[in-house]
Amino acid sequence: MTAPHEPASRGWTGAVRRRAVAALPPDKLLPDTQPAYMASWIYVFGVLTLSSLVVVLATGGVLALKGPAWWHVSDAGKYVNSLHLWSVELFMFFMVIHLWGKFFMAAWRGRRALTWITGVVCFLTSIGTAFTGYLVQQNFDSQWIAGQAKDGLNSVGIGAFFNVLDFGQMLMWHIVLLPFVLGLLTAWHILLVRLRGIVPPIGAADPAHGSPAASAPLPAEGEAP
Amino acid sequence: MTRRRRERAAVPDPAAFPTRSYDLVKEFTIALVVVALLTAALAAVFSSPDDRPVTLASWSRADGADFTATAAAELGGTSGTAEYGPPYNHTPGAAQKLGPLGLQSAAGVRIPIDTAEDFVLRPLADAPQPPVVRVALAAWAAAPAARQQAWTKAYSDALAKAPGGDPAKVTGGGFGPVPVLVARLLDMARSGALDGQLQAEGKFYETDYTRPLLFLSDGSYLETLARAQHLGGDQWGMMNETGDYPGQAWLWLYTFWYQIEPFKSSGNADALIWGLMALLSLGLMLLPFIPGLRSIPRWTRVHRLIWRSYHRTADQPEGRDNSPG
Ligand code: HEM
Repeated sequence: MTAPHEPASRGWTGAVRRRAVAALPPDKLLPDTQPAYMASWIYVFGVLTLSSLVVVLATGGVLALKGPAWWHVSDAGKYVNSLHLWSVELFMFFMVIHLWGKFFMAAWRGRRALTWITGVVCFLTSIGTAFTGYLVQQNFDSQWIAGQAKDGLNSVGIGAFFNVLDFGQMLMWHIVLLPFVLGLLTAWHILLVRLRGIVPPIGAADPAHGSPAASAPLPAEGEAP
Repeated sequence: MTRRRRERAAVPDPAAFPTRSYDLVKEFTIALVVVALLTAALAAVFSSPDDRPVTLASWSRADGADFTATAAAELGGTSGTAEYGPPYNHTPGAAQKLGPLGLQSAAGVRIPIDTAEDFVLRPLADAPQPPVVRVALAAWAAAPAARQQAWTKAYSDALAKAPGGDPAKVTGGGFGPVPVLVARLLDMARSGALDGQLQAEGKFYETDYTRPLLFLSDGSYLETLARAQHLGGDQWGMMNETGDYPGQAWLWLYTFWYQIEPFKSSGNADALIWGLMALLSLGLMLLPFIPGLRSIPRWTRVHRLIWRSYHRTADQPEGRDNSPG
């Protein structure tokens, strides 16, 4: 509902804005404080994953600007390709540490299961994106990887629709479809983190109540929202 | 019991806890600069691999015997691709199964390939040919299937027996027009013409490499090069790339299954491993709902290390921690 002093905004647009602002008011979307228990180097890996994704997209963007043939014949191009490769290696490395960190924190507690699930889907989508990247290098590696990977995909019927030997199709997946999906998933994942707040330590009592038994009935461990 | 359970289950609102100032934008900016610098350094030191692709021309020049044997198999319908099954063709019993589930057959033949026609006969017929080749093509077309098979089988066997698989050293006969057709295809491949022919098929723009890649994969030349680069399936090849680069290290689990029984020697290995990985991925996704697995974090107590500064204050005797043991 609209705040009392705010003129009622009408229509679909007003409704969407009201709901968005109610769910994530500016100081919850970009807070300048965090709970004091958020004090460990493990928290940095989410941000590192996000930063490397930005570098991956930027370097991939330069490769796209110049076209797929460029980096095979230009020294500058080769360096940009190396930037793209190494930012991907860092991205995956940081993400895996982030994943294990969140696992040992059981960070899906307290209506955060969807945060975990979007994270896992980000992980799987990233694997698919990296894989299609290897397929569109137009070099010996691509030839060999395509020849091998087709058997796995064909064996479960996927290869009939997703043809790893079709360079054009794989290039579209790699530079359009998968990055788009990964971008959306990542945004969703991070908005969910902001929406729920950073998960409190395992076994932490509610400071507002003094004793956890006093808290209202809460979902069981790991229960969905 | 219920009380204890509730204590464990209670996940308080983060907003109820004491706070400290935390600059998210500054953290992100620093992280971005650090990652960018780290990437620039790694790229400068290690570069990236880019081994030249194999072409039909480079293959036929480097290993004419392998090319000839492969071409004969494509013509006779006995190559890997010819007997592959879906999605390329209907070969009874070739499709893999996941238990009772035949997903490969269910998807159907959607990328139809007739190896004799697509890899050998059409490329020959589409190019201007000397009379001897035109006669050979006509002889092939006029012969019944059984005769064609007998010719290619006899020629393949003779090639296998010839020293070094060299077509020039083949003895015996009963090969019909096969040697002429295959030798001409080798010539075309060596001149580079076949690369263009297989890809273009009368078109100008081309982005689909299915046919030339399948042809290449049917020979043993590509695999020999790959094995020398530790890229074989039984060499953890799926996660490696050329040179000493980390490759797709995150595929380690997928690759792992191919190294062990019962997958290693199973004709359905691909389907079984894909099924297994799909199940494991689903398990990872639904981990928060799987009893036992979702409690591992609480048992392992790595969390005490992560949140040790919290516990330092909360675990005081007057603290209000109720961390269950
Ligand atoms: C594209 C890849 C990913 C990006 C960019 C990303 C980014 C982030 C960021 C910035 C945070 C907040 C800071 C932090 O706690 O580290 C976060 C939290 C979280 N991430 Fe990810 N993440 C990714 C993948 C994953 C994966 C693969 C998982 C696990 C399977 C995961 C699970 C979580 C969970 C459960 C939280 C909430 C933590 C809490 O409430 O304390 N994320 N992520």
